[in-house]
Amino acid sequence: MKVSMSVNGKQVSGEAEPRTLLVEFLRYELGLTGTHVGCDTSQCGACVVHVNGSSVKSCTMLAVQAEGAQVTTIEGMAQGDELHPLQAAFREHHGLQCGFCTPGMIMSAADLLKTNPSPSEHEVREWLEGNICRCTGYHNIVKAILAAADTMRGAARAAE
Amino acid sequence: MYSFEYHRPGSVAEAAQLLTGNEDAKLLAGGMTYIPTLKQRLAQPSAVIDLGGIAELKGIKEEAGGLTIGAMTTHGEVASSAAVRQAIPALAALASNIGDAQVRNRGTIGGSISNNDPAADYPAALVALGATVRTSKRELAAEDFFTGMFETALEEDEILTAVHVPKPEKAAYSKFANPASRYAIVGVFVARTSAGVRVAVTGAGPAVFRATEMEQALAGNFSAAALDNVTVAADALNSDIHASAEYRAHLVKVMAKRAVEAAG
Repeated sequence: MKVSMSVNGKQVSGEAEPRTLLVEFLRYELGLTGTHVGCDTSQCGACVVHVNGSSVKSCTMLAVQAEGAQVTTIEGMAQGDELHPLQAAFREHHGLQCGFCTPGMIMSAADLLKTNPSPSEHEVREWLEGNICRCTGYHNIVKAILAAADTMRGAARAAE
Repeated sequence: MYSFEYHRPGSVAEAAQLLTGNEDAKLLAGGMTYIPTLKQRLAQPSAVIDLGGIAELKGIKEEAGGLTIGAMTTHGEVASSAAVRQAIPALAALASNIGDAQVRNRGTIGGSISNNDPAADYPAALVALGATVRTSKRELAAEDFFTGMFETALEEDEILTAVHVPKPEKAAYSKFANPASRYAIVGVFVARTSAGVRVAVTGAGPAVFRATEMEQALAGNFSAAALDNVTVAADALNSDIHASAEYRAHLVKVMAKRAVEAAG
């Protein structure tokens, strides 16, 4: 089947069988390999992307279900050479070691900050329920997300 | 995954037509259980009929002294809905603790209750609140809808369209969650309505059930202390690597008392 959607602001289309997962379509059809497949059982969250503004596990959604949708992947977060505040904060606060879970962590955190711009540490940890990291113990990931929230609130104030 | 045909109907009538005479076709709601099932090749449908494009199945509206929640309404939408938080805060709280954020963004109330996982949260809420389940063919009480482990009263060509949940006087849900999946090892939903007190238990048995002895104890005295002398038999309860039947029986009482306290 032909599938068309908007990915990172660009209209794309490609071939997908009904059984093709969204993550497979992104990685193999579009070559966007920033979205990772970790567990492939909807638990680890390495494959989190945004579909119509909400974070979802792209290993647990068919590509055909995203027909006509607006999809954002980790590749769509930076503005040119300027990292997204979450990406910059993960680098600054050593929020990653091997980096495998990082795209999912960032996409998940971005969804949280959209609805809750000032989360508590507890709220960040609760939100990351669906994202598993096997290196860092989460401590610096949480620190990075709280720092990014701070930066983004500052930017929002400056824009007013 | 085995291959299958994919359909995305725009109306319930069209979906029903696609189901008729196609006994190996399956309906797809949020897919949080069914897509993993397909990936493990535990199912081989001839066709998958995606309900995601049917507007009439989505949304929450106030109706007849309660709320009508469309089958394709996600857990996230129930959790954040101002109408649900105002009328039945226990239901919004329950939805906000299902799975993880990404599961809540895709998983739906209709998909969850049609699957009737013995450890799912919603069945307890719907039975305790005396909800009505609406389908493409009829309306039935939630209590009659859940018939057994992963079994419901739905017929092969019947499509669940909405649930109607009456507003309770008081209600709360208390869950002892599996720390990995957030499914209920035991979850107890307690509701006091004009019809009386209902206590529904999920996670503990093969399917949701009412704890009638607790209901009687609470009818005269709606307080956690009223449950002190109630005993919960372990006989028909589940036993697995997470909890024995005896431990689950113990948890039913602990969760019920916490729910009564939370309901106030």
